[in-house]
Amino acid sequence: MNVSRLLPLVIVVPLLGAAVLALAGRRLPRIASDVVSVVFAAFSVALAVTALLGGAHGDPYVVEWLGGWRPGPGGTGVGIVLAADPMSLGLTVLTSLLVLAVLVYSWRYFEEPPRQRSGAFPALILLFQAGMCGFCLTGDLFNSFVFFELMGVVAYALTGFRVEEPRPVQGALTFGIVNSLGGYAMLLGISLLYARTGELGMAQTGRQLDGREPDALVLAAFVLVAGGLLVKAAAVPFHFWLPDAHAVAPTPVCMLLSGVMVELGVFGVARLYWTVFAGPGGVPAEAFTRTLLTLGVLTALLGTVMSWRQRHLKRLLAFSTVSHTGLFLIGVGVLTPEATAGTALYVLAHGGVKAALFACTGILLDRYASVDERELYGRARELPLVGVLFGLAGLALCGLPPFGTSLGKAVAEEAAGHTGHWLTAVFVLVSAVTGGAVLRAGLRVFLGAGPPPEEEEPLTGARVSGDEHPETGSRLRRIPGTMLAVPVVLLTGALAVGLVPQWAAAAGRAAHLFAAHDIYAAAVLDGRAGPPEGAVPAQWNAAGVLLGLLSTALGAGIALLGVRRPLAGFTEKWLGPLRRLQSGHIGDYVAWTTAGLALLAVLAAPGTVAFR
Amino acid sequence: MTLLPYLVAGWIFLIGLYGLVTSRNMIHAVGCLSVTQSSTYVLLLAIGYRDGGTAPVYADAPTDARVVDPVVQALTLTDIVVGATVTALLLALIIQLHKRHGTLDPDELSELKG
Repeated sequence: MNVSRLLPLVIVVPLLGAAVLALAGRRLPRIASDVVSVVFAAFSVALAVTALLGGAHGDPYVVEWLGGWRPGPGGTGVGIVLAADPMSLGLTVLTSLLVLAVLVYSWRYFEEPPRQRSGAFPALILLFQAGMCGFCLTGDLFNSFVFFELMGVVAYALTGFRVEEPRPVQGALTFGIVNSLGGYAMLLGISLLYARTGELGMAQTGRQLDGREPDALVLAAFVLVAGGLLVKAAAVPFHFWLPDAHAVAPTPVCMLLSGVMVELGVFGVARLYWTVFAGPGGVPAEAFTRTLLTLGVLTALLGTVMSWRQRHLKRLLAFSTVSHTGLFLIGVGVLTPEATAGTALYVLAHGGVKAALFACTGILLDRYASVDERELYGRARELPLVGVLFGLAGLALCGLPPFGTSLGKAVAEEAAGHTGHWLTAVFVLVSAVTGGAVLRAGLRVFLGAGPPPEEEEPLTGARVSGDEHPETGSRLRRIPGTMLAVPVVLLTGALAVGLVPQWAAAAGRAAHLFAAHDIYAAAVLDGRAGPPEGAVPAQWNAAGVLLGLLSTALGAGIALLGVRRPLAGFTEKWLGPLRRLQSGHIGDYVAWTTAGLALLAVLAAPGTVAFR
Repeated sequence: MTLLPYLVAGWIFLIGLYGLVTSRNMIHAVGCLSVTQSSTYVLLLAIGYRDGGTAPVYADAPTDARVVDPVVQALTLTDIVVGATVTALLLALIIQLHKRHGTLDPDELSELKG
């Protein structure tokens, strides 16, 4: 069976499921629409895994020209290609698994307003999956823009899903306007590339650019397209939409947004560079490394600092996602296959861990109608399993071996350390502090550690309080099995990423194929398979394990210190100005996005545009 | 090659951004987002134009006639569909915003800070 025939199905099956649920959902009872959605999600997981394994046995690249529109004898053509290398297939599998987890998590108890339309929420989730899988698999720039917008529109609708409450609508609007701007900037860049090369496919554009010198047009196109993708990835200063969206979106949606959608932005930037701009006619390697390392370090540090004193648990996790995006950008920006392999493993495990953390937060929300660390102080002592999961996930975020996050961090750290030892320090510091923030929250909520919050605390610190409505209609008396099983399975998956050596080796081979400009063009346009040998396997090493233990110890120490709050006033004084930047005002966010595009241009220009 | 359409596209994009940053009404903000998007239409169509070219319909033109690029016209149509979807969704959210908050002024929407 030709595996390449399966590729369009990976995108079409969720679309079909969404259509079926949208049409028939209001006539079916709740249990039937839940079953239908899980069946479609499971089927698409099976398809994605088959495509990944089929690619592993034979030719690693799975290429399908849609509708049979192959390029003609002169190499010209207008066909759209789905070009799946092992990296994009792995991301597709991660997406499908997280969607299945989300649909199981929202089984039966998740309240969908209004009562008659029981199919709308799973239909939107499946549509979201179709958009994300399409974005991973496509090999055409304009097609990736279309899938980018599709996943964006569905994400705005899902974020503002609870329209009868005031805050979700505001969060969804900020999310919608900033990300749409990113999409339009991306389209402007794609138009400029089409004007220069006459091609829309990534491989064809890369080949056309190879024959010429880079100039201001190429720089402008890179800044616009990469800027649009970095808005999706929530890099600084494009990140302002992410905490607002996470604070108001329903928990299953947060699991998907943080677990995989933001990582797709990082994947998009890497894919864009390696296929289009990595040749002699694009952006030089030093310029790209400089750009991504600057943005990555800024993002990592800012996300860490802002996550520290958040009392709203979902916003805390959102800022932690921002900081991890910074780490992923550093891993991608270093431009070696080892760093790319480490980042891929880190993304896989981080998706599972972050989704498990959001799942636990959702359980707290449904039981106590609050996600405020202060309000929940000590109340969750009666949920020991959830507390253990939360603590394990927090330790995994810090980088405790043998979790997959630790393996990914170790490999990426070591590869980044060749560029500069201070980057290793950034990795350790960022994972320690963000993991420590999560652990501190867990200690206060599940154990009641530290001094109880004062009654009349003035609203210092984060001003978004966590008083919410439970997502299950009314508070749950007993936590249902599906809601407990999902974080257990996700954390086990994250542990498996670190323990199963075949997966780490596969990530190494995937990165070897991914981080190479010529292999992609040869596979897509000439049908030549890439060289499988020469791949460096990603594996544990002593330094990585020690650094992982160090960052875990640091994180636990920071958590214990934070619980006792000795320096609360001091940190508040220093964090105040940064907090004020996150103003919730759409005009501010758009101004920062424009400034960010200008910053990208300034960072990428030296070396790209030759000053004669 | 005349530079004017490209300058117009750039101007439309920047003026839309300016409107978004200084907007005092969310409906006006979504309108500015549509204005920003129309800069992409102008740029695409300007890229596809060929001097002396006619519409790319070969029904009544000979097959060797000079026509403008049809690919960018297809891209623009796709872009219009995307824009219509996004604008419709954002306006629907704005209706709900007005119902829940009673105001459409971004300066007064201050629930998500810090």
